[in-house]
Amino acid sequence: MTTSPIDRVARATPAAAARRIRGLSDRTIAWIFVAPSIFLLLAVNIFPLIWTIRLSFTDFRVNRPNNDMEWVGLRNYQRILTDDDVWQTMQATAHFLIWTILLQVLIGFFLAFLINKKFRGNDLWTTIIVFPMMLSPAVVGNFWTFLYQPQIGLFNYVVAFFTGADPAGFSMIGDVHLAPWAIVIADTWMWTPFVMLICLAGLRSIPDSIYEAAECDRASKLRQFFTITMPMVLPFLMLAVLFRGIENFKMFDLVVQLTGGGPGNTTTLTSIDLKREAFEKWRTGYSSAYAVILFVTVFGLASIYVKALNKVKDR
Amino acid sequence: MIEFIKGIVGFRRGAWELLASVLIATGVVMLMQPFALWLYTWSFVVTLVGTVMFIIVSHFRE
Repeated sequence: MTTSPIDRVARATPAAAARRIRGLSDRTIAWIFVAPSIFLLLAVNIFPLIWTIRLSFTDFRVNRPNNDMEWVGLRNYQRILTDDDVWQTMQATAHFLIWTILLQVLIGFFLAFLINKKFRGNDLWTTIIVFPMMLSPAVVGNFWTFLYQPQIGLFNYVVAFFTGADPAGFSMIGDVHLAPWAIVIADTWMWTPFVMLICLAGLRSIPDSIYEAAECDRASKLRQFFTITMPMVLPFLMLAVLFRGIENFKMFDLVVQLTGGGPGNTTTLTSIDLKREAFEKWRTGYSSAYAVILFVTVFGLASIYVKALNKVKDR
Repeated sequence: MIEFIKGIVGFRRGAWELLASVLIATGVVMLMQPFALWLYTWSFVVTLVGTVMFIIVSHFRE
């Protein structure tokens, strides 16, 4: 008679331990399995969140741990929400978010649509397109600074080739009007493949039979696109927007490497500002309030977005 | 519109979730708009009310 590994392990369990386990209810055993995850969740997510909320009502500074912590009520929130500089930061973040998501969705969907057609070298092109996504954001930020160099940068020469402008006549990361676009272009270059992959998964999930039925009904290609392709890819597209939205809301490394938040404060996104407040100025209470504001914003947006996503999926 | 008001009065989830979603969206737009500082100042309160409302009303019956 053959015995399975499970039987062998069961037989090897000491008699005393086996008796104890046999005496436990299913519910208790389930709790034993789930408890480590719950403990980790509480320790890593919930406790820091509650602690941050508490600190946001104080003037605590982490570089002066021996100072008395004074309860300041809503003063930190009041300061942030009446500060012109923080307001500018929010606008810079909005500009970055809106344009990166728009461009990534449009280009990503277009690329997925092309890649989805069966042609020679399809897999090779997919690999080439996906390549930027595999790089580290810090590396991407670093080499885009070289690409944007007015004297030696390839980007300026490409723009000059198409527009006839002097390549040394403009600086993408030194100009207050161009710098916000410089970070949008670099992020779009890096993360469009991610949106493309998600859209491609959506396109490949549509059965050919639906298109064949539409062909039989003499539906035009445009009609097929708007009545079959778009509605069926929409949940995937919305998922991509959710992921990119949350990711770009906390974008840090790429922008710090590329522009360092400058010139002036034109590319200082909220995450960069928050990091400066927390770990350069060491205003822990203030930065905790800042973090809570961002958390509530992202949480609220994600809630309505997930609801919309579920509605689209149910349709 | 009448259905929406009936939903609000009858504590229906759909209507209240819609109201909470509108509040959150308004709050986020207020937070990031470049036109008026007072809108930015009140944005967090609007978003917070919307978010808390959303969490509560998502437990209402359909």
